[in-house]
Amino acid sequence: MKLKYILPVLFIALFATSCSTDDTDEIDSVTNEVEGLTIVEELTNDTHTIELYNTSGRFYTGYNTISLRIKDNASNTYVENATINWMPVMQMPTMQHSCPKTNPTKTIGKDTVYKGNIIYQMTNEDGSGWTLTVNYAIDEVDYSVSEEITVSQSDKQNVASFTGSDSKRYVVAMVKPNDPNIGNNELVVGLYQMENMMSFPIVENFALKLDPRMPGMGNHSSPNNTNLTYNSADNLYHANLSLTMSGYWVLNLQLLDSEGLLLKGEQVTTDNIQSSLYLELEF
Amino acid sequence: MKKYIIYILILLFSALTYAQETDVTIEKDTTQLQEVILIGQRKLSKYRQEKTLSSIDDYLEKSNKITMIKRGNYAWEPTMNNMTSERLNVTIDGMQIFGACTDKMDPITSYVDVSNLEKVSIGSGQEGTENGHSIGGGIDLRLPRSKYYDNGFKTSADLGYETNGNYRTAGLDVAYSGNKFYMNADGIYRKSDNYDAGNNKEVLYSQFEKYNLSFQAGYKLSDNHSMDANLIYDKATDVGYPALPMDVSLAEALITSLTHTYKNDSTFIKSWESKLYFNTVTHIMDDSKRPDVPIRMDMPGWSDTYGFYSKVGLEEKNHRLLFNLNGFYNRSIAEMTMYPNDPNESVMFMYTWPDIRTLYSGLFVKDAITISDKETLNVSTRLGFHNNTIGDQVGLESLQIFYPELTDSKNRFLKSFATDYQFKTKSYDASFGVGYGERAPSVSEGYGFFLFNSFDNYDYIGNPTLNNEKSLEANIKTNYYQNRFKIGVEASYFYIMDYIIGEIDPTLSAMTIGANGVRIYKALSNASIFDVYINSSYDFTEKLSLNATVGYNYGSGSNGENLPLIKPFSYVAEVAYYTTKFNAALQLEGNGNQSRYSSFYGEDNTAEYAVLNLNLGNIIHWNSNRIIFKYGIENILDAEYSTYADWNNIPRQGRNFYMNVSYVF
Repeated sequence: MKLKYILPVLFIALFATSCSTDDTDEIDSVTNEVEGLTIVEELTNDTHTIELYNTSGRFYTGYNTISLRIKDNASNTYVENATINWMPVMQMPTMQHSCPKTNPTKTIGKDTVYKGNIIYQMTNEDGSGWTLTVNYAIDEVDYSVSEEITVSQSDKQNVASFTGSDSKRYVVAMVKPNDPNIGNNELVVGLYQMENMMSFPIVENFALKLDPRMPGMGNHSSPNNTNLTYNSADNLYHANLSLTMSGYWVLNLQLLDSEGLLLKGEQVTTDNIQSSLYLELEF
Repeated sequence: MKKYIIYILILLFSALTYAQETDVTIEKDTTQLQEVILIGQRKLSKYRQEKTLSSIDDYLEKSNKITMIKRGNYAWEPTMNNMTSERLNVTIDGMQIFGACTDKMDPITSYVDVSNLEKVSIGSGQEGTENGHSIGGGIDLRLPRSKYYDNGFKTSADLGYETNGNYRTAGLDVAYSGNKFYMNADGIYRKSDNYDAGNNKEVLYSQFEKYNLSFQAGYKLSDNHSMDANLIYDKATDVGYPALPMDVSLAEALITSLTHTYKNDSTFIKSWESKLYFNTVTHIMDDSKRPDVPIRMDMPGWSDTYGFYSKVGLEEKNHRLLFNLNGFYNRSIAEMTMYPNDPNESVMFMYTWPDIRTLYSGLFVKDAITISDKETLNVSTRLGFHNNTIGDQVGLESLQIFYPELTDSKNRFLKSFATDYQFKTKSYDASFGVGYGERAPSVSEGYGFFLFNSFDNYDYIGNPTLNNEKSLEANIKTNYYQNRFKIGVEASYFYIMDYIIGEIDPTLSAMTIGANGVRIYKALSNASIFDVYINSSYDFTEKLSLNATVGYNYGSGSNGENLPLIKPFSYVAEVAYYTTKFNAALQLEGNGNQSRYSSFYGEDNTAEYAVLNLNLGNIIHWNSNRIIFKYGIENILDAEYSTYADWNNIPRQGRNFYMNVSYVF
């Protein structure tokens, strides 16, 4: 009985090796360019149907990467040569406003898919209030479609809009990590200034101080985080975010302008456990 | 105060006239006296153990060189030469086994019971490297040898009760021995409630409950060949740790081995023993019994070890050679899940030991050279290859927060050399030894992730970039005998390079709520540890003897700070009366004030103490059966005290009356 028990485990110990599996699934790139994505909305006019996709199948407040296809209703084919811009608008009781966005452009390596992003900084409780207008041109003919869309509230604060000490309004939104790990994560954040109700240009060359904390566990921090700095290649702010454990994290931020002047946020101390400018993360 | 001064005066007087036995092998404390006679070991020393049912911890503490660190009333951590687990090599009959607790709440000595063992071999410093690398020494808990005595069935039963903590023990041992086959099965059960410190102060969370089962069987294949199988299962539940913020709901070990033995007195190869083994340990820490904690958490850990050894003994002229080739593979994982007070937040999780795989193989060679009737020279070496691999990607990425360049594997080559010269005449003996040894960092030192140490109240982070710790040591031992008087001196000095210890990193934020900060394992360029013991004994008559020991220890790092957990001035004195049917001993044991405590590493000054113990024993023969009584009083004066080795100064047991009864038939 002993032998039977011990020998197998010893053999396992002696010969155990780790194997890596090679995924050899072929990707059917021709037939389906939106594989892995889920449809969120379809906006229809007389000539075309605009299909909006992302990974979750819903729009949430915060940074949304959106893939788009334009289907010709007559021929049932997808348009490959459109130029597109879009305008999301939130209807408030007394006024209306837009939000930061990047217009869709053709996805590299794909024929029919265009990709852009929209940062919904707020929504109504029932998900109503936002209207998306897509203006597009095909072969120098302009078209437009406009429909109400549903935007759900994110569980955690992944976007913040605020007024800085310079009296300007800003929006800061988390782009990455989508799927945080215990360990070092690349934190990517978008920073926009609210010029007026409809215009939210990218803010360049500011900086954001980062201090991640875990309020559920004595508000401890983590080591080797870096501050968010501007990257002109993608117009976003990048930093290293280290997460020592899974759970709920508050990313305390302090916004500095290009001169290093503090515009928003406070240092976290034992008396002040959270900055007024922060984002949240839970995994 | 006056009381202690008197004690010390008595002691100093007795120290000059008297001493304790300092054999490096402690004989098994057991009721199986039958066994003793059969294998011809000294009955006396066994008979003098106070309790037949003492735990392995109590038992180890009898050695001069060993002190047990106590975090509660169970699972004490042995230290040797003022060095703790990571600097020692503790094995069970040559088998490597590693505790699964990140907080050292389960030293492997807690997974065996005295009933499993025949004896304990203790080798100080590099003399203790037969089974693995160490700095401070090696402790090998030896399983019983094969017993082909052809005397049929033997049974013994033990019962024990202690008033302090309402501690109950019961044991049963059944053995069968034939010409070609033997088997032995035993079980022991222990349960204790909270104990009381001096002045009837209850120490909360000091309860424990455990049982241990073991089974051993052997078959003689031929006159020279035999096979042995051994299985030990040990399970402790509801173990309280008054010195720590958490308790243990389960500590479980399964230890198995299969051994082949070849023995032949007439050939060049005298003995050849090979063993395959496997053991698995599960350890679950929880805080569900504590009413008030800042946050609830679970901290389970697992440790599995597979290994082998093959050792050959040769004799040629005046050389006695021993070769031991061994290897093991260990996997250690521990994790921590914290439950936020806000139920809407998701649980927090981390790996505290990120699936660390240790692969070791090495060769030990020893030659004992008889130079003359009086002189012996021993030379030994161990060379080994040691690899650590981080098996879990999440674990690797967690550690990369601190060490961005970290890869998942690290190799080390470890060396050890020792030599000693022994000289023996009728009136005195002396030995002098020197050694050099290395060790790899332990899993916690290399890869631990936010391990909270309640001793200094810091979180600890492992450091995979640590160098091997290296030690140069010298030791002397000499005894002088004159008529009934004996006096001996024993001293060791260790000069340890790249001494691994936690260093505060003020830039880091503690994870544990209420911790003072974070320490990262770093190396001091060197540290020195010195210990000296003077033993003396005097036999008034054949039956009445007096012995005493005084000890002094010193430890200091290259940063000028005292090392932690260095034993202060200590003494033991004992008057013993012994006949074959009755024995009695009165013992005084104490420490001086711990003046060289290490505040830098979280220690505070522990005051002097002295306790008085009385133990008695009777043997009653009755036909071919026998009944053995052991009884006595520990801490007669009900002193309220703690020692330097008590974690967070938890007080020790107050007055305790105990009684063990063994029935052998």
